Amino acid sequence: MNFNLTKTQSLFKQMIREFAEKEVKPLAAEIDEQERFPQETVEKMAKLGIFGIPVPKQYGGAGGDNIMYSIAVEELSRCCATTGVVVSAHTSLCMSPILQFGTEEQKMKYIPKLAAGEWIGAFGLTEPNAGTDAAGQQTTAVLDGDQWVINGNKIFITNAGHADVYVVVAMTDKSLGTKGISAFIVEATTPGFTIGKKELKMGIRGSATAELIFTNVRIPKDNLLGKVGEGFKIAMMTLDGGRIGIASQALGIAQGALDETVKYTKERKQFGKAIAKFQNTQFQMADLKTKIEAARLLVRSAAFKEDEHVKNEKVNFSADAAMAKLYAAETAMEVTTKCVQYHGGYGYTREYPVERMMRDAKITEIYEGTSEVQRMVIAGKLFGKIK
Amino acid sequence: MKLLVCIKQVPDTTEIKIDPVTKTLVRDGVPAIMNPDDKGGLEFALQLKDKFGAEVTVITMGLPQADLILREAFAMGADKAILLTDRKLGGADTLATSKALAGAARMLDWDLVIAGRQAIDGDTAQVGPEMAEHLGIPQISYVADVQYDDKAKKFTVKKETEDGYQILEFQGKALLTCLASAVKPRYMSVGGIVEAYDKEVEIWGADRIDVPETELGLKGSPTKVFKSFTKELKQPGQIHEVDAEEAVELIVAKLKEKHII
Repeated sequence: MNFNLTKTQSLFKQMIREFAEKEVKPLAAEIDEQERFPQETVEKMAKLGIFGIPVPKQYGGAGGDNIMYSIAVEELSRCCATTGVVVSAHTSLCMSPILQFGTEEQKMKYIPKLAAGEWIGAFGLTEPNAGTDAAGQQTTAVLDGDQWVINGNKIFITNAGHADVYVVVAMTDKSLGTKGISAFIVEATTPGFTIGKKELKMGIRGSATAELIFTNVRIPKDNLLGKVGEGFKIAMMTLDGGRIGIASQALGIAQGALDETVKYTKERKQFGKAIAKFQNTQFQMADLKTKIEAARLLVRSAAFKEDEHVKNEKVNFSADAAMAKLYAAETAMEVTTKCVQYHGGYGYTREYPVERMMRDAKITEIYEGTSEVQRMVIAGKLFGKIK
Repeated sequence: MKLLVCIKQVPDTTEIKIDPVTKTLVRDGVPAIMNPDDKGGLEFALQLKDKFGAEVTVITMGLPQADLILREAFAMGADKAILLTDRKLGGADTLATSKALAGAARMLDWDLVIAGRQAIDGDTAQVGPEMAEHLGIPQISYVADVQYDDKAKKFTVKKETEDGYQILEFQGKALLTCLASAVKPRYMSVGGIVEAYDKEVEIWGADRIDVPETELGLKGSPTKVFKSFTKELKQPGQIHEVDAEEAVELIVAKLKEKHII
């Protein structure tokens, strides 16, 4: 048992923190204010290999592990949660299912460009009537000769409009329920594929969240991901990894808010002394720090287990990922809310970053499975089948 | 083209604390980084590698933990790394350090030696120039840009001076000391980081360099530190916003008050 990062992971953390502080932080308020996708940062990250961290070298990736990937999302989100989720959705929701379930041809066609950040990836599961109940898919895919024809809508899709490759789930046989769902790889340039309404959000406002519209979208038969009927399983397993990304994002937001507040409470004077000198501040901040560290242990442990899963697919990390996301997201919400409180009136203004962090934190309790869904996953593992 | 880049591990602090008893720098708890000017020099070397396929060797003299900055250099793109470490080299001042590094340089094949202007812990700016003297090669300090003409085999260097800059051209071997402020060093790449610990850092002891032991480490250091101390802050001065005539009167009055005139 060893809780230390390896030398490689430490060196990586040093790099990504410096990159986040110097390149990401200065843009965070601006992209939030303008609801603008951070294209310039995406290009810088691509150059450094940040879009291919846990991808094997044979597919053009960096050959790193999921702990490094988790650290990347955490450190980026510590400065800007939008930037964190761009990397998370790309890595966990698009590259990961292709790597896990794709054929060798699919991997060779898509992964090198995705890992290099030449292409950005996204994932389409949620529909207007299929959110937490993901099995209620209405988007359909019908085999016509050597092509699949996709029709339907997907909503709340992260990286929509900026992504080049989408992993999309659709119903291929409604009579089979969840076993009638399949997964596909859709390129953004395919005729009939369009981007619909862009959502105006409370937080992560630089992240592009929009609707995908499929109107007789014809893709090659070979773009089926996995086997027919495996789509639901692929989606659920993809979300297991995705949850570690979002847990890392939540952890980063919480840490960022705490760091800002430690700095602020040491500078801000009331009643003749720094507010950090009041025991109430110290005790409450100590509690927040403890919760953040507990969340970090859960997140790192889940990422470690995912790495074990990569080596041996019998290792299941669903509940670990769910616990990490549940706890990190709720910690992020609590920490950021309290950090706004310590900033007083200033905390409520956009002059300080904590109000943005509080708005950003909320989504981590909702997307890639709400906190309620995480509890369902954890309880499912805890109770097994109840007679 | 073969480039030898000298780098140093330094404490990352703008507020260096001094141990009141030993009069030396307190390094505990202060993160160690690659000296900024040296990183600037490494960036110039890596740019020459990008354009002309130069082979970049980094060398540092220091404690075993200086291995970290050599790994960082690997992750940025350096090809080879040497750690010159030995108890016999401990306590070296700039003269003994430059002799040791020049001794190591003599054992290697290179076209150009690149160093930082000065380290943020000692701030002497002496080691690079002294190395050039020991090696008997020309030196250009305060380098803000390095260009190379592959056909003419000629380097063009921009050297900063107090009131401007000079453009210098040279052929053949030389030593440059570079400025951090002149260039933005690249970040380590993720792939470079993953490979950094798979590469070999060559460990050299004092026996690998042909320099008499009496000229190395504390023995070879004529500099004796008499006292180190943190400078006390002065009281803020007074600001008077007045015209020139009033200012003269005010200054004369103050000087008289203090019996200076």
